[in-house]
Amino acid sequence: MDDADLLASLRGGDERAFVALVDLYQGPMLRLAASFVPSRAVAEEVVQDTWLAMLRGIGSFQGRSSLKTWLFQILVNRARTTGTREQRTTPVVDPARFDDTGAWADPPSEWVAAADDLRLAARIREWVDLLPERQRQVVLLRDVEGLAADDACAVLGISETNQRVLLHRGRSRLRQLCEDEYREAR
Amino acid sequence: MKLLRGRDLVCRQAVELMTDYLEGRMSRSGRRRFEAHLARCPNCTEYLAQIRETIRLTGQAAAPADLPPQLRDDLIQLYRDWQSGQ
Repeated sequence: MDDADLLASLRGGDERAFVALVDLYQGPMLRLAASFVPSRAVAEEVVQDTWLAMLRGIGSFQGRSSLKTWLFQILVNRARTTGTREQRTTPVVDPARFDDTGAWADPPSEWVAAADDLRLAARIREWVDLLPERQRQVVLLRDVEGLAADDACAVLGISETNQRVLLHRGRSRLRQLCEDEYREAR
Repeated sequence: MKLLRGRDLVCRQAVELMTDYLEGRMSRSGRRRFEAHLARCPNCTEYLAQIRETIRLTGQAAAPADLPPQLRDDLIQLYRDWQSGQ
Protein backbone atom coordinates (compact mmCIF):
# COMPACT_ATOMS: atom_id res chain seq x y z
CA MET A 1 0.00 0.00 0.00
CA ASP A 2 1.47 3.39 -0.88
CA ASP A 3 0.76 6.64 0.93
CA ALA A 4 -2.16 7.60 -1.27
CA ASP A 5 -3.88 4.26 -0.68
CA LEU A 6 -3.14 4.42 3.03
CA LEU A 7 -4.53 7.93 3.30
CA ALA A 8 -7.65 7.03 1.40
CA SER A 9 -8.19 4.00 3.65
CA LEU A 10 -7.55 5.99 6.82
CA ARG A 11 -9.90 8.76 5.77
CA GLY A 12 -12.44 6.16 4.82
CA GLY A 13 -12.34 4.71 8.33
CA ASP A 14 -10.49 1.48 7.48
CA GLU A 15 -9.08 0.38 10.78
CA ARG A 16 -6.70 -2.09 9.16
CA ALA A 17 -4.85 0.78 7.52
CA PHE A 18 -4.32 2.38 10.92
CA VAL A 19 -3.14 -0.92 12.43
CA ALA A 20 -0.71 -1.32 9.54
CA LEU A 21 0.72 2.14 10.27
CA VAL A 22 1.01 1.40 13.97
CA ASP A 23 2.84 -1.84 13.23
CA LEU A 24 5.24 0.02 11.02
CA TYR A 25 5.95 3.12 13.07
CA GLN A 26 5.15 2.61 16.74
CA GLY A 27 8.61 1.13 17.40
CA PRO A 28 10.66 3.66 15.43
CA MET A 29 8.70 6.59 16.89
CA LEU A 30 9.10 5.33 20.42
CA ARG A 31 12.81 5.03 19.91
CA LEU A 32 13.11 8.54 18.53
CA ALA A 33 10.85 10.02 21.23
CA ALA A 34 12.98 8.41 23.94
CA SER A 35 15.95 10.47 22.78
CA PHE A 36 14.09 13.69 23.63
CA VAL A 37 12.37 12.93 26.92
CA PRO A 38 13.65 11.60 30.24
CA SER A 39 11.61 8.42 30.61
CA ARG A 40 10.05 5.58 28.69
CA ALA A 41 6.63 6.46 30.09
CA VAL A 42 6.84 10.01 28.77
CA ALA A 43 8.07 8.73 25.40
CA GLU A 44 5.02 6.46 25.16
CA GLU A 45 2.77 9.42 25.92
CA VAL A 46 4.42 11.46 23.20
CA VAL A 47 3.88 8.68 20.66
CA GLN A 48 0.27 8.31 21.75
CA ASP A 49 -0.23 12.06 21.28
CA THR A 50 1.37 11.82 17.88
CA TRP A 51 -1.11 9.19 16.69
CA LEU A 52 -3.95 11.33 17.93
CA ALA A 53 -2.57 14.42 16.21
CA MET A 54 -2.13 12.44 13.01
CA LEU A 55 -5.75 11.29 13.04
CA ARG A 56 -6.95 14.81 13.74
CA GLY A 57 -4.82 16.24 10.98
CA ILE A 58 -5.36 13.56 8.38
CA GLY A 59 -8.22 15.43 6.73
CA SER A 60 -6.04 18.42 5.97
CA PHE A 61 -2.78 16.57 5.26
CA GLN A 62 -1.68 17.74 1.80
CA GLY A 63 0.79 15.01 1.08
CA ARG A 64 3.64 17.43 0.38
CA SER A 65 5.91 15.12 2.35
CA SER A 66 5.49 11.39 2.80
CA LEU A 67 3.20 10.17 5.52
CA LYS A 68 6.22 8.84 7.36
CA THR A 69 8.02 12.18 7.31
CA TRP A 70 4.89 13.96 8.46
CA LEU A 71 4.47 11.53 11.36
CA PHE A 72 8.05 12.04 12.47
CA GLN A 73 7.61 15.79 12.22
CA ILE A 74 4.62 15.71 14.53
CA LEU A 75 6.50 13.44 16.89
CA VAL A 76 9.61 15.59 17.10
CA ASN A 77 7.57 18.77 17.65
CA ARG A 78 5.74 17.15 20.52
CA ALA A 79 8.78 15.48 21.97
CA ARG A 80 10.66 18.80 21.93
CA THR A 81 8.02 20.72 23.85
CA THR A 82 7.44 17.83 26.24
CA GLY A 83 11.17 17.36 26.69
CA THR A 84 11.67 20.93 27.78
CA ARG A 85 8.61 20.92 29.96
CA GLU A 86 9.71 17.75 31.70
CA GLN A 87 13.20 19.00 32.18
CA ARG A 88 11.97 22.24 33.70
CA THR A 89 9.47 20.70 36.01
CA THR A 90 11.66 17.93 37.37
CA PRO A 91 12.40 19.27 40.84
CA VAL A 92 16.04 19.72 41.85
CA VAL A 93 15.34 18.76 45.45
CA ASP A 94 13.62 15.48 46.30
CA PRO A 95 9.92 16.41 46.80
CA ALA A 96 9.85 14.06 49.81
CA ARG A 97 11.96 16.60 51.69
CA PHE A 98 9.05 19.09 51.79
CA ASP A 99 5.79 18.82 53.69
CA ASP A 100 2.32 19.32 52.22
CA THR A 101 2.62 23.09 52.43
CA GLY A 102 5.91 23.07 50.50
CA ALA A 103 8.05 23.93 53.54
CA TRP A 104 11.18 21.97 54.38
CA ALA A 105 10.36 18.79 56.33
CA ASP A 106 13.91 17.49 56.04
CA PRO A 107 15.96 20.71 55.94
CA PRO A 108 19.42 20.97 54.41
CA SER A 109 22.16 19.63 56.70
CA GLU A 110 24.79 22.26 57.41
CA TRP A 111 27.82 20.86 55.64
CA VAL A 112 29.62 24.07 54.64
CA ALA A 113 31.89 24.21 57.71
CA ALA A 114 32.95 20.61 57.02
CA ALA A 115 33.81 21.20 53.34
CA ASP A 116 37.57 21.15 53.89
CA ASP A 117 37.57 18.14 56.22
CA LEU A 118 35.49 16.20 53.73
CA ARG A 119 37.73 17.35 50.86
CA LEU A 120 34.63 18.37 48.96
CA ALA A 121 36.51 20.39 46.32
CA ALA A 122 38.32 17.24 45.25
CA ARG A 123 35.11 15.24 45.34
CA ILE A 124 33.34 17.85 43.22
CA ARG A 125 36.08 17.51 40.62
CA GLU A 126 35.02 13.87 40.23
CA TRP A 127 31.30 14.57 40.46
CA VAL A 128 31.38 17.18 37.71
CA ASP A 129 32.50 14.47 35.31
CA LEU A 130 29.51 12.35 36.29
CA LEU A 131 26.90 15.02 35.54
CA PRO A 132 24.71 14.51 32.48
CA GLU A 133 26.57 15.74 29.41
CA ARG A 134 24.87 19.10 28.85
CA GLN A 135 24.87 20.03 32.54
CA ARG A 136 28.53 19.07 32.71
CA GLN A 137 29.40 21.29 29.74
CA VAL A 138 27.69 24.31 31.27
CA VAL A 139 29.14 23.72 34.75
CA LEU A 140 32.64 23.29 33.32
CA LEU A 141 32.47 26.55 31.38
CA ARG A 142 30.65 28.61 34.00
CA ASP A 143 31.80 27.38 37.38
CA VAL A 144 35.10 25.63 36.69
CA GLU A 145 36.50 27.93 33.98
CA GLY A 146 34.63 31.01 35.13
CA LEU A 147 33.13 32.11 31.81
CA ALA A 148 30.28 34.64 31.85
CA ALA A 149 26.80 33.40 30.93
CA ASP A 150 26.83 35.08 27.50
CA ASP A 151 30.19 33.57 26.66
CA ALA A 152 29.15 30.07 27.74
CA CYS A 153 26.03 30.38 25.56
CA ALA A 154 28.14 31.46 22.59
CA VAL A 155 30.62 28.63 23.04
CA LEU A 156 27.93 25.99 23.36
CA GLY A 157 25.48 27.53 20.91
CA ILE A 158 22.58 27.38 23.34
CA SER A 159 20.04 29.96 24.51
CA GLU A 160 20.45 31.91 27.73
CA THR A 161 17.39 30.21 29.23
CA ASN A 162 18.62 26.77 28.33
CA GLN A 163 22.02 27.56 29.77
CA ARG A 164 20.45 28.71 33.01
CA VAL A 165 18.26 25.61 33.35
CA LEU A 166 21.27 23.35 32.81
CA LEU A 167 23.39 25.35 35.24
CA HIS A 168 20.61 25.20 37.82
CA ARG A 169 20.34 21.44 37.54
CA GLY A 170 24.10 20.92 37.60
CA ARG A 171 24.73 23.14 40.63
CA SER A 172 21.78 21.71 42.51
CA ARG A 173 23.04 18.20 41.87
CA LEU A 174 26.53 19.04 43.12
CA ARG A 175 25.10 20.66 46.26
CA GLN A 176 23.04 17.55 46.89
CA LEU A 177 26.11 15.34 46.55
CA CYS A 178 27.98 17.49 49.09
CA GLU A 179 25.11 17.11 51.52
CA ASP A 180 24.92 13.34 50.92
CA GLU A 181 28.65 13.09 51.59
CA TYR A 182 28.27 15.01 54.84
CA ARG A 183 25.35 12.91 56.02
CA GLU A 184 27.20 9.72 55.25
CA ALA A 185 30.29 10.85 57.15
CA ARG A 186 28.32 11.90 60.19
CA MET B 1 8.76 29.07 36.73
CA LYS B 2 5.28 30.50 37.20
CA LEU B 3 4.42 31.58 40.70
CA LEU B 4 1.05 32.14 42.22
CA ARG B 5 0.45 35.86 42.46
CA GLY B 6 -0.13 37.42 45.81
CA ARG B 7 0.96 34.36 47.74
CA ASP B 8 4.09 33.78 49.70
CA LEU B 9 6.79 31.67 48.21
CA VAL B 10 7.19 28.26 49.73
CA CYS B 11 10.54 26.51 50.18
CA ARG B 12 9.83 23.99 47.43
CA GLN B 13 9.50 26.88 44.96
CA ALA B 14 12.37 28.88 46.42
CA VAL B 15 14.96 26.15 45.75
CA GLU B 16 13.99 26.24 42.07
CA LEU B 17 14.68 29.98 41.91
CA MET B 18 18.18 29.97 43.40
CA THR B 19 19.98 30.11 40.05
CA ASP B 20 17.67 32.77 38.60
CA TYR B 21 18.40 34.81 41.71
CA LEU B 22 22.17 34.34 41.61
CA GLU B 23 22.22 35.05 37.88
CA GLY B 24 20.21 38.24 38.35
CA ARG B 25 17.46 36.99 36.04
CA MET B 26 14.47 37.88 38.20
CA SER B 27 11.93 40.63 37.85
CA ARG B 28 12.09 43.25 40.58
CA SER B 29 8.92 41.94 42.22
CA GLY B 30 10.13 38.36 41.91
CA ARG B 31 13.36 39.26 43.65
CA ARG B 32 11.51 41.05 46.42
CA ARG B 33 9.35 38.02 47.05
CA PHE B 34 12.35 35.72 47.00
CA GLU B 35 14.31 37.88 49.41
CA ALA B 36 11.27 38.23 51.68
CA HIS B 37 11.13 34.44 51.83
CA LEU B 38 14.82 34.16 52.66
CA ALA B 39 14.43 36.75 55.41
CA ARG B 40 12.06 34.51 57.31
CA CYS B 41 13.38 31.09 56.26
CA PRO B 42 16.72 30.03 57.78
CA ASN B 43 16.60 26.72 55.86
CA CYS B 44 16.40 28.36 52.45
CA THR B 45 19.02 30.90 53.53
CA GLU B 46 21.25 27.97 54.42
CA TYR B 47 20.42 26.31 51.09
CA LEU B 48 21.43 29.44 49.18
CA ALA B 49 24.69 29.64 51.16
CA GLN B 50 25.32 26.01 50.20
CA ILE B 51 24.76 26.72 46.52
CA ARG B 52 27.26 29.59 46.79
CA GLU B 53 29.74 27.30 48.55
CA THR B 54 29.17 24.65 45.87
CA ILE B 55 30.03 27.20 43.18
CA ARG B 56 33.15 28.27 45.10
CA LEU B 57 34.29 24.67 45.54
CA THR B 58 33.56 23.89 41.89
CA GLY B 59 35.84 26.79 40.97
CA GLN B 60 38.65 24.98 42.76
CA ALA B 61 37.97 21.87 40.74
CA ALA B 62 39.99 22.92 37.69
CA ALA B 63 41.77 20.00 36.09
CA PRO B 64 45.34 19.73 37.39
CA ALA B 65 47.90 20.87 34.83
CA ASP B 66 50.05 17.75 35.04
CA LEU B 67 51.07 17.75 31.41
CA PRO B 68 53.18 14.70 30.54
CA PRO B 69 56.71 15.91 29.57
CA GLN B 70 56.51 14.17 26.19
CA LEU B 71 53.29 15.95 25.29
CA ARG B 72 54.75 19.24 26.43
CA ASP B 73 57.80 18.72 24.21
CA ASP B 74 55.58 17.74 21.29
CA LEU B 75 53.59 20.93 21.66
CA ILE B 76 56.73 23.05 21.88
CA GLN B 77 57.95 21.35 18.72
CA LEU B 78 54.61 22.11 17.07
CA TYR B 79 55.11 25.75 17.86
CA ARG B 80 58.69 25.80 16.58
CA ASP B 81 57.67 24.13 13.33
CA TRP B 82 54.90 26.65 12.88
CA GLN B 83 57.26 29.52 13.56
CA SER B 84 59.99 28.33 11.19
CA GLY B 85 57.36 27.99 8.49
CA GLN B 86 56.26 31.60 8.93
